Amino acid sequence: MVAALQTRAGVMLLAVIILLLPLVLPSPFYFRIATLVFIFALAVLGLNLLMGFAGQVSLGHAGFFGIGAYAVAVGPTHWGIPSWAALILGAVAAGLLAFLVGRPILRLRGHYLAVATLGMGLLIAMVLTNEAQLTGGPDGMPVPRLDLFGWRVRGAMPWYWVSGVTLAIAAWLAANLLDSPTGRALRAIHDSETAASVLGIDLARYKLTAFVLSAVYGAIAGAYLALFDGLVTPATAGFLRSIEFVSMAVLGGLGSILGSVVGATLLVVLPQALTVFHDYEHIVLGLIMIVFMVFLRAGIVPSLAALAVRRKP
Amino acid sequence: MPEFLQFLASGLTVGAIYALVALGFTLIYNASDVINFAQGEFVMLGGMVTVFATAAGVPLPLAALIAIVATVLVGLALHRFAIAPARGASAVTLIIITIGASILLRGLAAVIFDKRFHSLPPIAGNKPLLVGGAAILPQSIIVLAATAVIVVLLWALMTRTLIGKALLATAANRLAARLVGIDTGRMVGLSFVVSAAIGAIGGILVTPITLTSYDVGTLLALKGFAAAMLGGMGSPLGAVLGGLIVGLLEAFGAGYVSSAYKDAIAFLVILDVLFVMPHGLFGRAGVERV
Repeated sequence: MVAALQTRAGVMLLAVIILLLPLVLPSPFYFRIATLVFIFALAVLGLNLLMGFAGQVSLGHAGFFGIGAYAVAVGPTHWGIPSWAALILGAVAAGLLAFLVGRPILRLRGHYLAVATLGMGLLIAMVLTNEAQLTGGPDGMPVPRLDLFGWRVRGAMPWYWVSGVTLAIAAWLAANLLDSPTGRALRAIHDSETAASVLGIDLARYKLTAFVLSAVYGAIAGAYLALFDGLVTPATAGFLRSIEFVSMAVLGGLGSILGSVVGATLLVVLPQALTVFHDYEHIVLGLIMIVFMVFLRAGIVPSLAALAVRRKP
Repeated sequence: MPEFLQFLASGLTVGAIYALVALGFTLIYNASDVINFAQGEFVMLGGMVTVFATAAGVPLPLAALIAIVATVLVGLALHRFAIAPARGASAVTLIIITIGASILLRGLAAVIFDKRFHSLPPIAGNKPLLVGGAAILPQSIIVLAATAVIVVLLWALMTRTLIGKALLATAANRLAARLVGIDTGRMVGLSFVVSAAIGAIGGILVTPITLTSYDVGTLLALKGFAAAMLGGMGSPLGAVLGGLIVGLLEAFGAGYVSSAYKDAIAFLVILDVLFVMPHGLFGRAGVERV
């Protein structure tokens, strides 16, 4: 109950921040960064449903991200599908793939699941790289702009609102899900799979639900990034991107909706801020990741929340 | 037939390096449950330090020694300043720490060395040996032989020495190991030392064949991790076999099926094996206590 209240409060806080942030952002450049944060947070939120709540590791999340991104690139360019329909089709395709692959893959546990999802992500990235007549190969391809019933969505400002509102809705949906029997089942699985199955929880079904949901979140985020950037490359779906998502989820805090946003913010904003260090950028980034994880082991948001609770008498 | 032999030779050579990386993963995992994603950076450091030491005029054997010592020091520092302070943290937290360490080491290598590709002169010359119509580089044979020697030495260390037995005890049951007086923290440190040394040796040996640069570690870590899982996490024998199998799959896949999809073939086989054997070829099924 308390946890549910905290999650709700987190979602409210997020919505307020999205609403008020434009008042303090000084230039389109900052809107661009904020949009990127929202898009990555959306993908990480999906991953967090799987990792933080159901306790299943995925090193292939970028594969679904890539499917969404390439759907809005390939669909309109080659088959004349409108961008918004391609976005939905991409999300459905990613969900369907997760559904089909999920059953066999999710029987694996821990690191074995990690390597299986890693393989799945690599296979997706490889198809995107090698089917060059469709995807433009290693160089990627341009993405037509999103046209929403006559409104041409382009530039940082409109995308700020599209991605911000989507993120708020996605967070709200995730919070509701967690407070439902499904959410409680997922958390039980996270704590102990054996205990959960003894209690009569259908492990395979709930894990699959979380996997499909995470894929759909990832695909929508990928489509947004492609439409926002106007360009996709196979790196969108690459292994490094998957690692980036996992890092964001863990840094921010597994099992915390607000944590997904904080983790995404940190790893999107830091590299931008660290460009002042030029060649030393990666050194500083690596150090920050180590220091944060050593001192805030449960992730930034849960660790700080625990500290705040302990401070109170 | 010559084609087959050619693919076999290149598959075994690459596979041997994957095997060394997988072995490094396994050693550290056994001692500490940490999946060390900076393992690939050990391989990179071995190659890069040797390249730059020889460029500075140090003779090759001495340069190789310097590289191994430097990599071991890095491994020790990684343990001392990043892993040990986070003792007791969850597995996924520790993984992110090693990913941070791998980014850090890559960044350091790019600054201290450079971002170009480098090679080393092969130890036994460039003249390929003709075996059954296939051209095999002498360096390939050296890589395979060195891998075999490392595996045998490691086996001897584990089963014939007190330190090795303490390491095995730590892997089997940390609490019980502590109760019989084994300094398990030191054993985890030792596993980092041995893994770093193995990685560095692999990097030095393979550089004449595959070249090296500051960012070769990521792909090696990925392949080595896959190999370790294929073999069954925690099994040194599984790690070596897993590495060789992944290398062979890649070489034969690239040769007979499609070079663009060679990694796909390796991973499809790994996925199929895991579906049938969810704990890899030699892994043991764990029991979850409630």
